[in-house]
Amino acid sequence: MTAYIYKIRMGGIGSLLLILLLVLFGVGNISPVHAEYGDLVLNENAEAEGMPPVIFPHWFHRIRFRCKVCHADLGFKFKAGGSGIDMLKIIDGQYCGACHNGEIAWSVENCNLCHSGKDGLRTHVHGSTLNKLIVPVKDKSKNKKAK
Amino acid sequence: MKSFFRKFLCHKFSVAILAATFVLSLAQTSFAADPNIFNRLMKAKEEKNLPPVRDGIHDPEGEGASLLQPPKEAFSNMVKGKAGNYVDWVKSLKEGKINPRYDRLDPNAKPIIMDLNIVREVKGSMPDVVYPHAQHTEWLDCSNCHPAIFIPQKGANQISMASILLGQKCGVCHGKVAFPITAKTCRVCHSKPKAKKVKHKKSAKK
Repeated sequence: MTAYIYKIRMGGIGSLLLILLLVLFGVGNISPVHAEYGDLVLNENAEAEGMPPVIFPHWFHRIRFRCKVCHADLGFKFKAGGSGIDMLKIIDGQYCGACHNGEIAWSVENCNLCHSGKDGLRTHVHGSTLNKLIVPVKDKSKNKKAK
Repeated sequence: MKSFFRKFLCHKFSVAILAATFVLSLAQTSFAADPNIFNRLMKAKEEKNLPPVRDGIHDPEGEGASLLQPPKEAFSNMVKGKAGNYVDWVKSLKEGKINPRYDRLDPNAKPIIMDLNIVREVKGSMPDVVYPHAQHTEWLDCSNCHPAIFIPQKGANQISMASILLGQKCGVCHGKVAFPITAKTCRVCHSKPKAKKVKHKKSAKK
């Protein structure tokens, strides 16, 4: 009889232990996003077309080119997803394709180097002030419905 | 036999209790240790410049995440900064730590620098803003800002911190890629002290 009680208690303590361990180490390790300031996530067409979102690291390109090369000479707009880029334009040497052609930089055959984002990310500039200040309207409505 | 069974269970039980107290003590130290601890509401410092595998936007199992360069490696020789990428891009360029091309094809093309400071008087108590064309023309072409974002005429542009924070005017770049608007960067722009005392004396004489 006593043994039976112990067993129950142990079960309780075991689950408590598990929960505590999860809280301490499990949840603590689920890290928020720590991507680089200015990293672009581009998912205007990518996922709808069956490819992972594109990540564009501004910092990497800034080391090699001044802003003006892309934003004045190549016609990139100052807005994430605002230039209307698709693979056809890139293959034809416009936008990213002006350099990513196997001559100035690696060519577009390296799909996974750009299409390297996690599924479900929306188009945005990581770390942008706007992103921090404004909560997307869609999410808000979802929360209200849930409540 | 029965007693052995009981002893075995008791042993297990005590081990479990020990483990539980250990974990509980850990939990207490990490959650509710001292009600008067230092920095109760201060956020822990974020980890900086994480590699693509750990940055939270790259798919850690994808090919890209393992092949792409970790930013820390690229920034190791550059001048450190206080916000954004934690790199001072302007100083790094000035000191020759980086040598970004001004032309896509010509590595020797040199920028056309315009050395003109624009002072903007500010309404509140903050120091006036000095806008240096020099640092901006190192990176940008005139057409990047004029005339779409800033009308090239004195007094023609209304700028407020609110519009900047919402991504207009200076905020087209600052707050996205160029240094962000944080408490540590206010004084980068708000850099010219106001001549307050002189004004006070004049008004007193009248």
